Amino acid sequence: MPAELTCRAVPVDDAAKGKTYPPHEYEVGKEKIREYALAVGEQSPVHFDRERARAEGFRDIPAPPMFAVVYSAGAVGPAVLDPEVGINFAMMVHGGQEFEWGEPVCAGDTITTEASVKDIYERGGMGFYVFESVSRNQDGQEVVRGTWTNIVRGG
Amino acid sequence: MKVQLEVTPDKYLPHRYAGASGDFNPIHIDQEFARQVGLPSNILHGLYSMAQVARACTQAAGGDPRSLRRLSVQFRGMGFPEQEMTVSGKEREGGEGTVILELVAEQGGKKIIKNAEAELQGL
Repeated sequence: MPAELTCRAVPVDDAAKGKTYPPHEYEVGKEKIREYALAVGEQSPVHFDRERARAEGFRDIPAPPMFAVVYSAGAVGPAVLDPEVGINFAMMVHGGQEFEWGEPVCAGDTITTEASVKDIYERGGMGFYVFESVSRNQDGQEVVRGTWTNIVRGG
Repeated sequence: MKVQLEVTPDKYLPHRYAGASGDFNPIHIDQEFARQVGLPSNILHGLYSMAQVARACTQAAGGDPRSLRRLSVQFRGMGFPEQEMTVSGKEREGGEGTVILELVAEQGGKKIIKNAEAELQGL
């Protein structure tokens, strides 16, 4: 018998599919928005100037859309790290990301995010671990829905 | 509608992004550690690169963060500090007040984000 010729597929256990995690609360601060906006090179004055933000119809300084990663991380992190999900971190890469935005997030908001395991499957010898996060503000309005895809390569 | 953005993240950008985002994975901020695990140097956070794609979209829409309704990306390859990143995109379809853009982010001709799709509103 010849030695195994193909790449060994990653054994994928999808028992954690559908699992949900406790909500995570995040209070949005004006200076945290500034820090994030400067780091990613935002130029729009609405992220730095409260008067300007209000003049443009925001309740307060709005967060850049991708600030979603800041308030979602505390909910998604524990799901990704959950031993029941069973990701092999040495072989993991962040393969894809999607955000769908709703109501803008502004300084002073309290954002509550709930994460869940949306899907676990194997394709092309790789394991796909897909997480969903849903974030709402203090009035219950959805502010963002995130889909986080982590890929685990075969060993 | 076309979108174009050039940015060269400086040597310490990954440190500032780590602080801003809370992601202190050493592959992004520690060159020695990155080399020990087989990378050429420390690499950019993928979500920083995605934020550049998002910024290219909102800037093209006049700087209003409400204009970006949806963004999906695939991360491919690695991004590096001290190298120019180019985000470019073009309209795939446009409807009433809504535009769907297809975008890529590249460094030195190598794609670091591909198959990005953005939905912009209120243009």
